[in-house]
Amino acid sequence: MPCERHLILKNIRKPGYSTDIECYLRHGGYEVLRKALALQPAAQPDGTTLGPKEQIRREVEISGLRGRGGAGFSCGMKWSLVDRKSGKPVYLVCNADESEPGTFKDRQIIHHDPHQLIEGMIIACYANDVHLAFIYIRGEFIEGARILDRALEEARAAGFLGRNILGSGYDLDIYIHRGAGAYICGEETGLIESLEGKRPYPRIKPPYFPAVLGLYQCPTIVNNVETLCAVKHIVGMGGAEYARLGTPDNTGTRLVCISGHVKRPGCYEIEVGKVTFRDLIFDEAFGGGLLDGRQLKAIIPGGVSAKVFRAGEKVRVNKRTADGKMIETEMDVLDLPYDFTSVSAAGSMSGSGAIIVLDNSADMVEVLANISEFFAHESCGQCTPCREGSLWMAKILRRLAKGRGQPADVALLLSVADQIPGGRTICAFGEACSWPVQSFLVKFGDEFRAKAEANADKKSDRAFAETQ
Amino acid sequence: MKQSQQSNDPLAAPPGMISVTVDGRTVLVPRTMPDWQGRQVPTTMLQACELAGVTVPHYCYHPKLPVAGNCRMCLVEYGVPALGPDRKPMRQPDGSLVIKKSPRPAIACATPVSPGMEIYTSTPTVKLMRQSVLEFLLINHPLDCPICDQAGECKLQEYSVEYGRASSRFVETKVHKNKQVDLGPRIMLDQERCILCSRCIRFTRDVVGDDALGIVNRGSYSAIAAYPGTTFDNNYTLNTADICPVGALTSKDFRFQMRVWFLKETMSLCASCGTGCNIVIGSRENRIYRFTPRQNDAVNSCWMCDYGRLNYRWIERADRLTNPGGTKLTKPDWEDAINGIAAGLKQTIPGHIAIVASARLTNEELYLVRRLAQFLGAPTDCAPRSGPADNLLLCADRNPNTKGAQLLGIAASLPGANLPVFARLIRNGTIRSLLVFGEDVTRHGIAPEDLARLDFLVASDIHSNGTTMISHYFLPGCAHVEKRGSFTNVHGRIQKFEKAVDPPGLARPELYWLSELVCRVTGQSVGRTVESVFEAMRAEVPAFRNIAWADLEDHGVATSV
Repeated sequence: MPCERHLILKNIRKPGYSTDIECYLRHGGYEVLRKALALQPAAQPDGTTLGPKEQIRREVEISGLRGRGGAGFSCGMKWSLVDRKSGKPVYLVCNADESEPGTFKDRQIIHHDPHQLIEGMIIACYANDVHLAFIYIRGEFIEGARILDRALEEARAAGFLGRNILGSGYDLDIYIHRGAGAYICGEETGLIESLEGKRPYPRIKPPYFPAVLGLYQCPTIVNNVETLCAVKHIVGMGGAEYARLGTPDNTGTRLVCISGHVKRPGCYEIEVGKVTFRDLIFDEAFGGGLLDGRQLKAIIPGGVSAKVFRAGEKVRVNKRTADGKMIETEMDVLDLPYDFTSVSAAGSMSGSGAIIVLDNSADMVEVLANISEFFAHESCGQCTPCREGSLWMAKILRRLAKGRGQPADVALLLSVADQIPGGRTICAFGEACSWPVQSFLVKFGDEFRAKAEANADKKSDRAFAETQ
Repeated sequence: MKQSQQSNDPLAAPPGMISVTVDGRTVLVPRTMPDWQGRQVPTTMLQACELAGVTVPHYCYHPKLPVAGNCRMCLVEYGVPALGPDRKPMRQPDGSLVIKKSPRPAIACATPVSPGMEIYTSTPTVKLMRQSVLEFLLINHPLDCPICDQAGECKLQEYSVEYGRASSRFVETKVHKNKQVDLGPRIMLDQERCILCSRCIRFTRDVVGDDALGIVNRGSYSAIAAYPGTTFDNNYTLNTADICPVGALTSKDFRFQMRVWFLKETMSLCASCGTGCNIVIGSRENRIYRFTPRQNDAVNSCWMCDYGRLNYRWIERADRLTNPGGTKLTKPDWEDAINGIAAGLKQTIPGHIAIVASARLTNEELYLVRRLAQFLGAPTDCAPRSGPADNLLLCADRNPNTKGAQLLGIAASLPGANLPVFARLIRNGTIRSLLVFGEDVTRHGIAPEDLARLDFLVASDIHSNGTTMISHYFLPGCAHVEKRGSFTNVHGRIQKFEKAVDPPGLARPELYWLSELVCRVTGQSVGRTVESVFEAMRAEVPAFRNIAWADLEDHGVATSV
């Protein structure tokens, strides 16, 4: 029986659970922080000694935790890349700029359990010798910022933040910075620029790898809200224990946001890789199935920038057999386990954990036009292919959706989409805006062609363009 | 850069060098090269390609600005030596390196080279990437080159021809923006022509230190703007029109005055202060249309100030002196004038004659003045000219050749210190004769009534002035754009400039008639060409001893003094 597995959402769903620090403390809050700060140097089998901070970092590495923001990069690896010998301060920034359409998981944590995030942050900061950290919160999350602000005040008053935290001699403060309403601020280097008070233009890499040259040109860790919460649980239960949750390479639990044409849209916490798309969409414990009389048409598996799956699509993924061998198997997309590796092997990504379910009532041209409109609006405009390409694609799609298409549009659209991704842009927004177009056109090409050709005899494009 | 010959192994480069292969050609490049501020930083792919003689097209990259990496025009493919399980480079049976091609392209402007790297700039993928960047830049760009002022020196035009596609696939409505933004007193912005390379922003922020420009709005609607409530007004704004690769930023002074392909380009110097910025004069049919900076890293990098750039209109003022004249000259004839002056000078007595020469004259002209002064036993001086300096190029000394005048002994360390003395000696009758070359001494402490007491007053200048009007003889001189010669800048750098336009009427370069006067008065000839006078000066003046005219080349030479 597929079911949820709650670590992060454990308390949130309890009746009467509030954002007050007293409530958090009653539920065992800040105990993991106490444990972390009380760690003593430990002798290793090889005769060396491992300091408390290194022990935490090792636990996170052992846990196999992969970043929950979208890229799924190993958190332990990210921390290991930090330049700790530069002599400069190390900063930690919590990325709470949750903006990927379909994603609403970080907001659950911020709105309902802010102290869980703060505790995770303090532990992560302690492990990385950070004395100043920021929560970069999306500008639209006004209520979230207010709740976090109050929670930080409470934590300060309780001695969990500020000087000499819990008598450990460790100092840390956390500040909230509200964004001004731009999707690109979720890109870590764009976020850092914004935090520095500039336009959130993502930085070029090399040389600006945040682990070396981040905030104020200092080594910087940028972690997602959910990732930092997971750190708390890893330190609480031990990295090895955490790694037993989920599947190898896709350990632990993860929040999944199910939206679209399902009966029970919402945020669910699953063991990574232990449930399939079929479970998430149809099982009573999750999406609860489609609306009555509808058929599944498409699944967007990880936020709108992820490549779409067509219902009934067969995907080929590597599967580990009982004797440990990897064999390539073909399966229906619905049988694909929801984890970073499988979804990526199937040609898309689980991204921010946002599953958007589309049934047969959806007009795929309209859907893609809507998605492209979003990306054209959110392109920061710094580099050429994304700045110009995103709006061009949106304009073609707008035309198609309004019944003013022409037969050449589909090929043109695909060609424009092909000119943007693959490392031609400064940041991954180039991929984000072109992947949906590429995948929609490949998988639902007939719908686009039909729409384009149905209007081929109508008023010419150019004439329409003039009236736009 | 040297072709590596001794060894085929790209990993065995000499110390401080890296061997890279650009389009199949292996070259040695320095491990580090100067960045925009001259600091040694790891050599980039773009620099390596330049050293290999391969052009990588680019818009946002400028060697004197911090790297932005936003235009994506310089994307190239590359590969690096593949490492085996032992973390050592793998080799083919013939010993050559196994190269692992990167699946993603890199921007050549910002990516450092590494030993053994192979850079591919002409693969089908790279060509397609350039083509698509150009297509993206053009979809919302006006396609009206015939009425654009940048036409002829536009990187969009040039790269479109070289790397672009012939036809447009764009049938949507273009994004419309403001086409006439009055950014500041000297700069106009056409937002539709802008390709958002951010060169202007970086220049004024990072080079000038005036964070005046930014980008407003987002995505394709992005536009350059001055901060709300401010105008783009510092002394370097016009450089943004130079570095703007397209027709977005234009100089109000030059825009729509002349098609650039008609302009004759002359290598010259700015004469508006002692810095001596290297410039190119754009002229046509004997008319100056613009000054633009010419790169000289020892002087002005790629920049010049607005003050100097726009200081040329006086050249064609109506009150130019166009023929010799004076109260003792009956007809405007050079022969008569020279004869009269030479005759007058032969009667002067050492100690009773003084010379004021302009620090706007060339080294060669001032040397001729020196010869004259030495023969006549005349004390000399220059008229000082100063104004506020700024922190970049503009210097407080507004004469282009004060240093030359000092090295030649025309002026002392404090130019103008002799002028009150001359005034006093004129008033008490000691000085009976005065020669003034290129100045109006009535504006420098010698009153017209004092000049009226002189037995013999000779003056020259470009425009009619208070001194020429009452002189016995006056001679029409030339603006520096109308002659050849050299200046010595405040740091002692000797730089030459060429003639761009002809002087008006009978006006002649000072060198022409000064050499004649020297010959008539002293009986010694130093020749009539800039080169011959320079040679004579070299032989006599220590500061110039080790420098030949030919050594000056395009960027001048620092004096040893």
